[in-house]
Amino acid sequence: METLLEILEDIQPDADYQTCTTLIDDGILDSFAILSIVSELQDEFGIKITPADLTPENFNSADALWQMVCRLKG
Amino acid sequence: MKKNALEYLEESAMRFGDKVAFADAEESCTFGELQDRAERIGTALAAWFPVRKPVPVFMEKSVETIGVFMGALYAGAFYVLVDTKHPAARIRQILDVLQSDVIVTSEKYLKDLQKLDFTGKILMAEELARSEKDEALLARIREQALDVDPLYGNFTSGSTGVPKCVVVGHRSLLDFIDCFTEIFGITDQDVLGNQAPWDFDVSVKDIYSGLKTGATVQIIPKQYFSFPMKLLDFLEERQVTTLIWAVSALCIVSTLNGFDYRVPGKIRRVLFSGEMMPVKHLNIWRSYLPDAMFVNLYGPTEITCNCTWYLVDREYEPGDVLPMGKAFPNEKVFLLDEEDHLIDASQPDVRGELCVSGSALALDYYRNPEQTRKAFVQNPLNDCYLEKIYRTGDLAYYNKEGNLCFSSRKDFQIKHMGHRIELGEIDTAMEKIPEVRRSCTIFDAEAQKIVCFYEGEIERRPLAKALGGLLPSFMVPNAFRQMEAMPLNKNGKIDRKALMDYYIS
Repeated sequence: METLLEILEDIQPDADYQTCTTLIDDGILDSFAILSIVSELQDEFGIKITPADLTPENFNSADALWQMVCRLKG
Repeated sequence: MKKNALEYLEESAMRFGDKVAFADAEESCTFGELQDRAERIGTALAAWFPVRKPVPVFMEKSVETIGVFMGALYAGAFYVLVDTKHPAARIRQILDVLQSDVIVTSEKYLKDLQKLDFTGKILMAEELARSEKDEALLARIREQALDVDPLYGNFTSGSTGVPKCVVVGHRSLLDFIDCFTEIFGITDQDVLGNQAPWDFDVSVKDIYSGLKTGATVQIIPKQYFSFPMKLLDFLEERQVTTLIWAVSALCIVSTLNGFDYRVPGKIRRVLFSGEMMPVKHLNIWRSYLPDAMFVNLYGPTEITCNCTWYLVDREYEPGDVLPMGKAFPNEKVFLLDEEDHLIDASQPDVRGELCVSGSALALDYYRNPEQTRKAFVQNPLNDCYLEKIYRTGDLAYYNKEGNLCFSSRKDFQIKHMGHRIELGEIDTAMEKIPEVRRSCTIFDAEAQKIVCFYEGEIERRPLAKALGGLLPSFMVPNAFRQMEAMPLNKNGKIDRKALMDYYIS
């Protein structure tokens, strides 16, 4: 989770990832941020994120992102 | 001969009155409805805006917004879309340039507008559309209109720290769109999938190709570009035939493996612009859409959308340079060397600054004679009569086939995530942060990262937060490096090359 937060802070520093649950709904993460997050997560955790994983629900909070990473790590 | 962009709308409303002109995720309108709505809005706006003045539109791309755009034109004024997501400081700069104390918005964006402390008059799009139309007034306005009147303004990054408003006139648009729709064969049978936000001139091709030919414009919600399944479902369900997109948007689909999920069946044309298309991504697109036409378009906002085009007519390998191609009809595109001598196609591989002349040239930078004089100049090859050219600042060369190819920039302008950014504008914003003594921003093109070096006692996070209040998010650097002292070259200036070397190592 620490690593994930660092990745997020690097890509878009201007957000509070500990508490925010509307990263997508409020437009805090745009498509380019998503693109960077996907490629960083794939590299860092050795997972493959498919189009089916790319849903607003999975990206709305750091928590949801972390759950997705754990699920894909299997 | 047409002299006003509204004639496109009016002719399509006659021919295809009941056909859908624009649709977004929530609603749609026909050509007939759009004209009716625009005439009502235009009548109401005429009471607030003198002719040839800018109408700031604080909205996002939507069916409602196109009504306001066309309404501004019926009022004899021109429209400027103001991005609701920009920080307040930048929006204030934009409104200062426009000198407008009236702004148009709608219910949805009122919350964002309230953050700005805007003290002028706020007009609501919903109410404007309910006004009675005054045909005599609209006729009087149209009668005095000229084809060189402004049509729209687009803001672009300015190296001095103040964004510049490129103003394009009706004549330039008519000149370009007639050629554009004819060359690529766009007709009323087409459906255009609009990707670009409407403060980008890429969207001008969607809006006016649709209005001219009777093709339907399907406005794709911005959020769908984060979630390829939604995007590809939309393209399939709305039967989109034509994509006129930024390179960065095409790359999102290929990077996120969107085609693993679904390949939209109706796409016949893919036209891209904004930056160099990476061949790797082009090849992914071509492998899934083998029968579609792929076209590389080039041009800055200042020459109305694009001035050269290249139809991809053979295979390219990663690492190959995709040419910019040749000029559109009625545009002169040529290269000048450092002494302003012409470089022609008989001198392949010789680099020069790409210059453009013709009706397609924008009018100027609004209320900015200094920047206008620098970029829009007399053709140095012509000492006989006034011939305005635009100096793009892009360096290019001819390849062996006589096609133009992009080389690099003359200055510190970069292309990042589809946006055109002056690195100087970032440094000017840095200067406004009290703890920062000096800064120098560079661009790592390979990794697509903006890197900011600075002297001063402030940590990365508060620094990024402070910048986020001054600049749009795409301009906030991706990495910060605190320095004891900046490396200087022998002239006492910050040594950018040394910074780049330091960063890479």
